[in-house]
Amino acid sequence: MATLEIRDLHVTVEADNATKEILKGVDLTVKQGETHAIMGPNGSGKSTLAYSLAGHPKYTITGGTVTLDGEDVLEMSVDERARAGLFLAMQYPVEVPGVSVSNFLRTSATAIRGEAPKLRTWVKEVKEAMERLNMDPSFAERNVNEGFSGGEKKRHEILQLELLKPKVAILDETDSGLDVDALRIVSEGVNRVRETGEVGTLLITHYTRILRYIKPDFVHVFSGGRIVESGGAELADKLENEGYEAYTKGGVSA
Amino acid sequence: MAEAQNSPTLNSGRAGGPPPLGSTTAGSIAVAAESTVATRMSAPPSFDVADFPVPHGREEEWRFTPLERLRGLHDGTAVATGEGVKVEVQAPEGVTVETVGRDDARLGKAGTPVDRIAAQAYSAFEKAGVVTVPKETVLTEPIRIAVHGEGGVRFGHQVIELGAFAEAVVVIDHTGDAVLAANVDYVLGDGAKLTVVSVQDWDDKAVHVAQHNALIGRDASFKSVVVTFGGDLVRLHPRVSYAGTGGEAELFGLYFTDAGQHQEHRLLVDHNTPHCKSNVVYKGALQGDDAHAVWIGDVLIEAKAEGTDTYEMNRNLVLTDGARVDSVPNLEIETGEIVGAGHASATGRFDDEQLFYLMARGIPADEARRLVVRGFFAELVQQIGVEDIEARLLEKIEAELEATV
Repeated sequence: MATLEIRDLHVTVEADNATKEILKGVDLTVKQGETHAIMGPNGSGKSTLAYSLAGHPKYTITGGTVTLDGEDVLEMSVDERARAGLFLAMQYPVEVPGVSVSNFLRTSATAIRGEAPKLRTWVKEVKEAMERLNMDPSFAERNVNEGFSGGEKKRHEILQLELLKPKVAILDETDSGLDVDALRIVSEGVNRVRETGEVGTLLITHYTRILRYIKPDFVHVFSGGRIVESGGAELADKLENEGYEAYTKGGVSA
Repeated sequence: MAEAQNSPTLNSGRAGGPPPLGSTTAGSIAVAAESTVATRMSAPPSFDVADFPVPHGREEEWRFTPLERLRGLHDGTAVATGEGVKVEVQAPEGVTVETVGRDDARLGKAGTPVDRIAAQAYSAFEKAGVVTVPKETVLTEPIRIAVHGEGGVRFGHQVIELGAFAEAVVVIDHTGDAVLAANVDYVLGDGAKLTVVSVQDWDDKAVHVAQHNALIGRDASFKSVVVTFGGDLVRLHPRVSYAGTGGEAELFGLYFTDAGQHQEHRLLVDHNTPHCKSNVVYKGALQGDDAHAVWIGDVLIEAKAEGTDTYEMNRNLVLTDGARVDSVPNLEIETGEIVGAGHASATGRFDDEQLFYLMARGIPADEARRLVVRGFFAELVQQIGVEDIEARLLEKIEAELEATV
């Protein structure tokens, strides 16, 4: 069973000629089949955790370990992490002009699977996945994220999640900027992947709204660069009623 | 990705105006001041070099060009070496290939030199090449002109003339090391179809300045594909005008500008005849320190050119820091009675975020870069329509990419 283990993770970022520590000792274990929600106020370091796990060059790991099935993730390049089974659905997916969605998806699937998917089954696979996400077939011929609406970008991220079948999926504020219909469609996509039981999900969100669609097994409150409280789904209800105030006292900006 | 785009309105005398300023961390889009094609020239067109002042570099038409790297082509100090640049013409049966003297009546019919170097080339060449495809002759094989430099200096003139309803593909291949100034005339008879592929695959030191003049007959179609990879300095001036109604011009260009290279393409489509079409698409990728690409796209729709349909586009992809793009589309419209007119210019940057996004999907860095560049050029390469050239281009693009990784 695939397991992502984060131990005492410390991460800094360079900003305004100063080094700032964002993550201050994160401990978390995500197992295949589990869904963990990480909730926290703005600026608490949630997205830094997501991007650090994926290997974004902006962030410097200054301490701690991250392993996937015992393999040292921090030693891996960005693409190696993806091929090892990590997937990051980004909050702000990047436009890649000149590269069509269909070309991108196939290149990516080829890299992740280690061989080019057979064309006939691949076309069908993509078509069906797109239909499930209410995506028009013309989508495949557009350039990656170019001119996509917020909802389209998020659906495109979840389309990749469905096609690439990672061991651990990190969803960074996938719910932000979505209206209720789009949120439902995207959540259903995530749930389809979760129901296979083969993915561990790390759901990073500011709001409790998405947790009505995607039921977490564990909820962690993130504040000041670390997890300050963990619990079951009931913790989300508490946050819904009381907000983050209880966690942000002591100088951490909300 | 920084982009500057503009599309003109058609009811003003000068549509469009300068594109909005846009820049990326390394590439930039320069914006020309309000000016017309005519006022931007230092002198009226002429075959005589003496009619042009020696440029000092601040003129609108010279301001992007590093004069000190022109090896004296612009100031009269370059001297032809007689040898050191070979020109070989391979033509299928039915085509006439001649070498003629300066007084041949067929020279200079498609256009007049518009800058000092073109006039210098016209004033200094000794023999000209004339390739004629007789009327109604449809070639199934390309005519191939190989220009190979072995360190020489040459002033050249080449005429390619197609009789009425003739059809031909011409590939002009520039390789080796040379200092070359030339004029190339394309004369298309009524209903003729000509595709010309001019490949600048020079060695690193070559300097190549040329004016291409196409005169398109009634209902004739002209397709020009300009491919520039090599050279220290390449400055090409493809120009089109029409001899009758119904003419069509497609001007495609592809350049891959590496560190230290200056590659400049200055186009003019003169819609001087009613009911003609033009479509200009130039795309360039840049990589390395002091890679400099310049694209000037002038389209002039004269008052009498009713029913004109024209579009021009330049797109640039900056792959690394230190490269610079100057892209200036300019559309001048003297009549509102047209089918359409538009232009666009955009410079984008392949940046770390795009690279991260692709790599986060398992795609290795070199493959990610290839994916982006191939995608950028693919559509254009497919429009060339000459199979072996398409294959060679794709290979060449791959080779250029290898150099970056």
